Amino acid sequence: MHFLTRRAALGAALLAPLAAPRAVNAQGGTTAQARLVVIGGGFGGASAASFARRRFPWMEVTLVEPKTRFVTCPYGNLVIGGTKRLDDISHGYDGLRARGVRVVHDWASGIDANARTVRLAGGQTLTYDRLILSPGIALRWGAVEGYDEAASEVMPHAWVPGDGAQTTLLRRQLEAMPDGGVVGIAIPGNPFRCPPGPYERISMIASYLKRHKPRAKILALDAKDAFSKQGLFQDAWAELYPGLIEWVPANRDGRVVRVDARERVLETEFGEKHKVAVANVIPPQSAARIAIEAGLTDNSGWAPVNPVTFESRVAPGIHVVGDANIPGPMPKSGYIANSTAKQAVASAAASLRGEAPPAALYYNTCYSHVGDEYGISVVGIFRPNAEGTAIVEVPNSGGVSPRGNLPEQRRLEAIYADAWYDSITRDMFA
Amino acid sequence: MSALRPMLHRALPGALLASLLAAPLAPAAAQAPLSAEGCYGCHGPSGTGAGGIPAIAGRDAAELRAQMLAFRANERPGTIMGRIARGYTDAEIAAMAEHFAQIRR
Repeated sequence: MHFLTRRAALGAALLAPLAAPRAVNAQGGTTAQARLVVIGGGFGGASAASFARRRFPWMEVTLVEPKTRFVTCPYGNLVIGGTKRLDDISHGYDGLRARGVRVVHDWASGIDANARTVRLAGGQTLTYDRLILSPGIALRWGAVEGYDEAASEVMPHAWVPGDGAQTTLLRRQLEAMPDGGVVGIAIPGNPFRCPPGPYERISMIASYLKRHKPRAKILALDAKDAFSKQGLFQDAWAELYPGLIEWVPANRDGRVVRVDARERVLETEFGEKHKVAVANVIPPQSAARIAIEAGLTDNSGWAPVNPVTFESRVAPGIHVVGDANIPGPMPKSGYIANSTAKQAVASAAASLRGEAPPAALYYNTCYSHVGDEYGISVVGIFRPNAEGTAIVEVPNSGGVSPRGNLPEQRRLEAIYADAWYDSITRDMFA
Repeated sequence: MSALRPMLHRALPGALLASLLAAPLAPAAAQAPLSAEGCYGCHGPSGTGAGGIPAIAGRDAAELRAQMLAFRANERPGTIMGRIARGYTDAEIAAMAEHFAQIRR
């Protein structure tokens, strides 16, 4: 590891006068003052670690991630629908190691923001000059009465992939379900990870049922009255899966408040009990525990951050990226995690060199598959306002795919969705 | 920078060469405007293309700029590029076009 780092530093020193003249001189070329620790090896953390090594080779980057394989949330719905395998959406960390990232497979158990240290479950302590915290989300067990970790072994959430067991469990339950069964899906209120995700999932399950269990139905019980890309999803459902999907909004008693895992019953606000054959419960969420325990979250359960640097509003030196933060009008998406991670790292680097943070620009393109060769998208380009106090979407930009009978647009967007997955995972892991 | 790379390859010892090859676009990427990073998530790292999405690296800067401006003005049909291009300023589009034109594929 040491050898690799020195070799990379030699390369950087040779190229620095040509490529980035200010990169090494401000800190006298020492790495002792440029220790970047990254917690979490997902869309935010892997993007941050890769980008830091690529763009600021004078930084010493340590990535803390307990798993040796990362299973993505994006495309998990295609595994559930049966058109992708878990292997297709699993990624290792050798690419980051080759970039000179020190990858530590351990669990970050705590942060001391004053001492600027991270405690690892294995007993080690890491000292940082800047910390990128991208811990993801925690599921709020018990927020839906009866829905705890044990219940999730019967009624999978499949929303935090972990090692993929939850995704696989839901897939197996769908395969084992008799034709004519009802698949119940409980969907949380805002904010939550991946706003269009539940509706892509409905679509992918519908696609499987239509082909293999044509008498089965989907009952989607929602804690909201509206959702991401709603018109496009509902157009596609009517066209591709007529009569198969019933979506019940909150104002028609769609909010699930209680579950009975043994009886596979989903109970809504006004006491209606829906007995289903397969239950997928996506519970309410918060920032992951480490962010809460470090005191970085507010009453909402999420971490407030500076709109330009993504530095915590509470603890200087800690940049919170990915789904754990409060991103203003931006969605909790993989692409936003990637985009904000790069800005956070560039801001951390600027701070270490005593410079002002770079101008910020955040971008999101989020595709959803809704059927064979049928993709839809939402785009958002965002910037901090002039005062740097809030993030706003650039007027007249972004938005969702056009509605209407546009088969070529849908076909191309499905192809582009696959290319997006390939691109962004290479940007993170290659 | 790109003109220099072959010379470096010849002059550097094997170990260093290997580390450069592991990240062949690092020198160019170090100069990339941050706005260009936004393209990588679909058009491939450093804009080198991915699956059905075309490469933008190594294309003529004037052509790239003209295409982005046409997308932005809704004068060029596309699936999502119009929605994206309308989020960027003239200066950002020019800088991105210059950057991608310098990358060798």
